[in-house]
Amino acid sequence: MLYAILCYHSEDLVGSWSREEDEAVMGKLAAVEQKLTREGRLGPVARLMPTTAATTLRKGREPHLVVDGPFAETKEQLLGFFIIDCVSLEQAIESAKDLAQANNTGGAYEIRPVALFRPGGSPT
Amino acid sequence: MTDIAWIDAALTSARPQAVAALLRYFRDLDAAEEAFQDACLRALKTWPQNGPPRDPAAWLIMVGRNVAIDSVRRRSKQEPLPPDELLSDLDDAESALAERLDSADYRDDLLRLMFVCCHPELPATQQIAVALRIVSGLSVKQIARAFLVSESAMEQRITRAKRLIAKAGVPFETPGAPERAQRFAAVAAMIYLIFNEGYSATGDAAELRAQLCDEAIRLARLLLRLFQSEPEIMGLTALLLLQHARAGARFAADGSIVLLEDQDRSLWNRSLISEGLALVDKAVRHRRPGPYQVQAAIAALHSRAARAADTDWAEIDLLYDTLERLQPSPVVTLNRSVATAKVRGPAAALAMIEPLAPKLSGYFHFFGVKGAYLRQLNRVEEARTAFNQAIALANTAAEAAHIRMHLDSLNKERARRETQAPAGFGR
Repeated sequence: MLYAILCYHSEDLVGSWSREEDEAVMGKLAAVEQKLTREGRLGPVARLMPTTAATTLRKGREPHLVVDGPFAETKEQLLGFFIIDCVSLEQAIESAKDLAQANNTGGAYEIRPVALFRPGGSPT
Repeated sequence: MTDIAWIDAALTSARPQAVAALLRYFRDLDAAEEAFQDACLRALKTWPQNGPPRDPAAWLIMVGRNVAIDSVRRRSKQEPLPPDELLSDLDDAESALAERLDSADYRDDLLRLMFVCCHPELPATQQIAVALRIVSGLSVKQIARAFLVSESAMEQRITRAKRLIAKAGVPFETPGAPERAQRFAAVAAMIYLIFNEGYSATGDAAELRAQLCDEAIRLARLLLRLFQSEPEIMGLTALLLLQHARAGARFAADGSIVLLEDQDRSLWNRSLISEGLALVDKAVRHRRPGPYQVQAAIAALHSRAARAADTDWAEIDLLYDTLERLQPSPVVTLNRSVATAKVRGPAAALAMIEPLAPKLSGYFHFFGVKGAYLRQLNRVEEARTAFNQAIALANTAAEAAHIRMHLDSLNKERARRETQAPAGFGR
């Protein structure tokens, strides 16, 4: 079953990493991703730009409202996600723990089963 | 990352908002900084044991405030407050309180903190130094190294600046819209100054100074996150990102300058460019043009060109036309002339800059650019004169070396022409 691992963290904190620190974290994550790839379990992975680059369309009323920024101001922001194929929740949690080893500076991974997945055409 | 390293990162990233809130509470910059320092010391003691709080800034503000309350209570012999270990993670009641007290004011707190550093009587160098110390939390040693001065000289500079700020007083009322706009302008200018200190450094200082570019971007992003729908702040952030993206291509191995048109674009940082372009797209939707947005749009056009030859100079020229109207200055016109030269030729560009001569008589780039146009028009001796004037005004070894390269190539050309036998002399 596919699980989404949604990465939440303070983007101020992540944004203040030096280039070396950032590359170190990405390097450790890449190692985990490679292991998952070898196991045939890695789906799409995305790192999002900061919420300052986001725009939100609010559909609550007509006309729809387009505003700058993320849909809500939160203490931790959604920074990216992994889609991983797992046989059980236990395995999903294990994979999330592996990923968490790359970056022990706080934040959270939300682990949520995917109900419907369409890979779509390849974007890049 | 080790425990201490991550705590250090959390303290650094929480600093601007924490010090800003404490400044509003204490109404005194020194008191705010001291309270923050104390709170940090306590964090270093208790966070490793109790784990990090979910909201480091709120924790630091609460503890920073308590430090001051505590010392007052101790002096008046009241019961001391509970130890900070119990505050390691604010539970519902306390965090709700922190939320109510602070989140509404965070934005203006930060703007105020940055704004007090922009005191108009402070020379630019002091504004930057005090902002880097107070807002960014760089150590005096780090700042001194970045500006190539001694630690004690920098310490003095910062102390003098803080004294001036204390005398001027801190504005505490919540700013109305026109005041906020004025503060944005001052703060944006200061952030851009910090960036330029980093960007214009060459040689050995370059790597140290690159940190200043990163810090300026961090401050701009922080301001933008708090004021999500301000197009000029989007423009400022975009401009910094797009310029900094070129850092890897701006200097040759020997430290000499590589001009934009000669840069190896594969060395440009694509993710910084993407983020910059995304912000330009967002800003444009507001239809409230401003100088930073226009400058960012110009930088964006350079970034979008796969090769220098693909640059849309006509569009850049138009954007400079807008910039001249929004922010007229001889330097803007000088910069525009580069685009004009590409679109309408060097004669038109020369005609554009000649009236600027009296205002730019001490400006290195004026003579560099003038020499280039004269050379393109084959007015070689006049070009040589201009290049010599440029060298005399060069600020750095790299600038002088760059002009010398032009002069050398002028001389080579003259030598080549002189050795070519003119037609009709035999051969």
